Amino acid sequence: MALLKGTLDVLVLKTLSWGPMHGFEITRWLETRSNGRLDITDAALLQALHRLEAKGLLTAEWGVTKNERRARYYKLTSTGRAQLRADSAALIDQFEAMTSVLTARSA
Amino acid sequence: MRIRDGVRRLFRLPLRTHSAIEADADEELSTFLAERVDDLVAHGMSREDARVEAVRRLGASIDDAAASLHHSALERERRMRLRDMLSDVRQDLRYAIRTLRRDAGFTTFAIIIIGLGVGASATVFSVASALLLRPLPFTNPDRLVWIQNGDEPGLSTQTVQVDPYLSLARQNRSFAEIAGYMAFYGVGDVKLTSATDAIRLSAVPVTQNFFPLLGVRPVIGRNFTAEESACNGPPAVLISHALWERRFAADPHIVGTPITLSGQSTMVIGVLPASFDFGSVFAPGARIDLYTPFPLTPETNRQGNTLAMIGRLRPGVTLAMANAELKALSPRITSEHPHENGLFASATTLRDHVSDRARVGLLVLMFAVGVVMLIVCANLSNLLLARATTRQKEMAIRAALGAGRRRLLRQMLTESVVLALAGAAVGLVLALIGTRAIAHLDAVSLPLLGNVGVDGWALVFTILLAVGAGLAFGSVPAMQISDSGVHAALKASGRSATEGLRGQWVRRSLVVAEVALACVLLVASGLLIRSFLKVLDVDLGFRPEHVVAVRVDPDEGTFKTRLQVVAYVNEVLRLTRQIPGVSSATIADGLPLGSNRSWGVAVGGAEYVKDKWETGFIRVATDGFVPTMGMRVIEGRDLSPDDGEKNEPVVVINQTAATKLWPGKPALGKLLKVGNADRRVVGIVGDVRHLAVEEKAGNEIYLSLRQVFDFSSLTLVVRTTLEPTSLARTLRTTLAPVVPKLATNEVQTLQGAVDRATSPRRFVTALLGGFSIFALCLALLGIYGVISYTVTHRRQEIGVRIALGASARQVQGRIIRETVELALAGIVLGTLGSWIAARTLSGFLFGVTAADPLTYAAMVVLLSIVAVGSGYLPARRASRIDPIVALRES
Repeated sequence: MALLKGTLDVLVLKTLSWGPMHGFEITRWLETRSNGRLDITDAALLQALHRLEAKGLLTAEWGVTKNERRARYYKLTSTGRAQLRADSAALIDQFEAMTSVLTARSA
Repeated sequence: MRIRDGVRRLFRLPLRTHSAIEADADEELSTFLAERVDDLVAHGMSREDARVEAVRRLGASIDDAAASLHHSALERERRMRLRDMLSDVRQDLRYAIRTLRRDAGFTTFAIIIIGLGVGASATVFSVASALLLRPLPFTNPDRLVWIQNGDEPGLSTQTVQVDPYLSLARQNRSFAEIAGYMAFYGVGDVKLTSATDAIRLSAVPVTQNFFPLLGVRPVIGRNFTAEESACNGPPAVLISHALWERRFAADPHIVGTPITLSGQSTMVIGVLPASFDFGSVFAPGARIDLYTPFPLTPETNRQGNTLAMIGRLRPGVTLAMANAELKALSPRITSEHPHENGLFASATTLRDHVSDRARVGLLVLMFAVGVVMLIVCANLSNLLLARATTRQKEMAIRAALGAGRRRLLRQMLTESVVLALAGAAVGLVLALIGTRAIAHLDAVSLPLLGNVGVDGWALVFTILLAVGAGLAFGSVPAMQISDSGVHAALKASGRSATEGLRGQWVRRSLVVAEVALACVLLVASGLLIRSFLKVLDVDLGFRPEHVVAVRVDPDEGTFKTRLQVVAYVNEVLRLTRQIPGVSSATIADGLPLGSNRSWGVAVGGAEYVKDKWETGFIRVATDGFVPTMGMRVIEGRDLSPDDGEKNEPVVVINQTAATKLWPGKPALGKLLKVGNADRRVVGIVGDVRHLAVEEKAGNEIYLSLRQVFDFSSLTLVVRTTLEPTSLARTLRTTLAPVVPKLATNEVQTLQGAVDRATSPRRFVTALLGGFSIFALCLALLGIYGVISYTVTHRRQEIGVRIALGASARQVQGRIIRETVELALAGIVLGTLGSWIAARTLSGFLFGVTAADPLTYAAMVVLLSIVAVGSGYLPARRASRIDPIVALRES
């Protein structure tokens, strides 16, 4: 199922709250955690990283992967961390509301 | 090696180019794909299949993905750069405010100086914008023109007679419309009588199309009808908004109600909008209350030149085209009307006509505030420079910590701009106060002053001025900082090493510039003050002190015969002269410096040849005119009570007329042709300045009121030792039998009229004087600052001198000599500058030349005293330096 609008950014922020990662590591992490149920294209993810960096939520630094390749490693900034807290709380709240609506039985 | 952008910026390395950013994005993408393939292979897929799968997961072709990544990467760089810049600015601002707050004394002082400078500039700007920039308060004001009939002084030569006016209005192709107003309206010509009292008001007769041409519509009621604008039509009047509020309590029902004007019942047909102020545009300083219709008929044609003309250009017609047509049309119309006065029409834009009168004064003031602002900037540069030297280490440390030179420069400039903006806020408050004061200067006859106020333009001007000034006075010390070099500053330990020769040189030249600029202002204001004193000193030809005038016109239709008029005049004079404290009294049709009219005059017996006669300014008066006005009889006699209809027609002329009409011959006893009759010259009197205080007299012709009944108003003029108000009260009771309701609101003193005539000059002189005092104070502060700085920074040297036996006097002498040297350099430069500036001022000078030695000498003396005075305190401090303490400091 396609990802809900605006949730990709939060997921990326959440992923990076575990520590600096490069693009593919983030994808890998998301796929593992969601058991492959999240449908995110790789191009969309890379663009999201640029967007979040432009907003000052992430910073990036060049580093070397385990396979000896140069990659941009992304790190959460303090504003990114604050954004993650606010956005994830709002999302969870919304999902709970939707869940209670969608699972409601006639009263 | 790849370096982070922040680091690049820190070290001022060039930022990455487009292609580098795109290459980075490409690399990121290829790493991603490679990692994906490796991962898939590790999970057991073949390398071929893994490649296909990697592209599938990418969600787009590799090219498309690369293109969109390029885009997002470039966008990211752009936004990050912007954010860096903003955060720099924010940091600079925070730092600037913190630094300024720490040095509260300096900051307060600087803000006050800038505030005064900006306040003065913004005020003058507001006056200038009201006069020169803002459109006149009419519809499409740039299409409005003033049409003048010839360009000689005196109203009669600038106005036009009714018949040529009508021909011009009919025949021209340039104007959509031409309108006029009667230029010979008199201030206080109309008496408004109510059940309880009477007041004198000023009414201007206007042509029916006058208000429609301007685009002014009554807020209540309507404009004049054709019937009301005809001769002997139903009396109608439009009233000004101010009068409506003042006299009729803004009662809307006044429209359609008759009021009694000069004894005649007149219908109020409308109230004009508050924005319409006839006086401010056409007659600065005059308050016009009423507008009546001026009929364009044979009756008004007979009155001669009466109309001042305005016109509205047709669409597409330029001023030059209109003037070309007027030039061609004028002689034709003149020949069509052989019995009327000639037409020599030319047009200027109404805006120019209005602002011309104040232009020179304004230019002087704008120049003055410009100079004041320069002095303010020089002063602040110097103050900042002094601070900068003490802050050199702070700057050096910041540089060592990674702030680039450009960044430090920006920091300094941010500080000065913040300072300037704070000063501008103070200046704006001052400008608000200043413009309010100016807008209420009723006594100053400058046009459009009532419109002066701080508007959006003034606000923009103030902010631009402040930012400009901040950059200007901040850049000098900022340059100084970045040049002196980080290492030198850090290495330097003692005070003596902190300022090089160059720094000293800059500080000194700034002070010299300040003194020079102050010099220019002092000379300019000195010349204006001298001119003003000369104007006050002018022999007016009459003595205005202790002369009181009050209007005594009989109501319309009161007297049927000339005999009755003469009896009325005699009785008024008799009763007035009986009042104790009245030394003499006369009745005349006007006062000097008031309105004027002129007729053609010629030596008796000459045939009337149009436009060939001399022009004479006509006054109609009774006996007692000469002593009451304080004039001199040079030959013959004053007008006498016996110069009546039964006796020979007589005339008294002034000296100028006597020598011009009978050059080299005695004029007394000769015949002079005035107004179609030969009159015997019975007296020659001294010249009187009646056009303007600064202007010499023309030919003046005094006719006997008992022989010539052609006058539009009657003014009782009294020379008295009584107070004007108490005299007015006494007159009211004394004259009650003949003048039942004497309007005493318009009692004026002749001195008041003279003051009014010199008010624009007084206004400019006072403002310029204020500016130059401010400039002098700033120069004083500048000198003081530099000298005390020198003393502080040369303590050790001075200490050594004292230790080696220099006396206190010697030390003081050295310091004072240094001060005087600075001042002298400034004075020499300033004298040159003043000499150039003063010549542009020449239009405003009166009785002094631009190179007036007295003014220059006074300036030199004043500045020298100020220089010595401001050097004295630091010099005394220097002489008291304790050599032991000073030497130990190192």
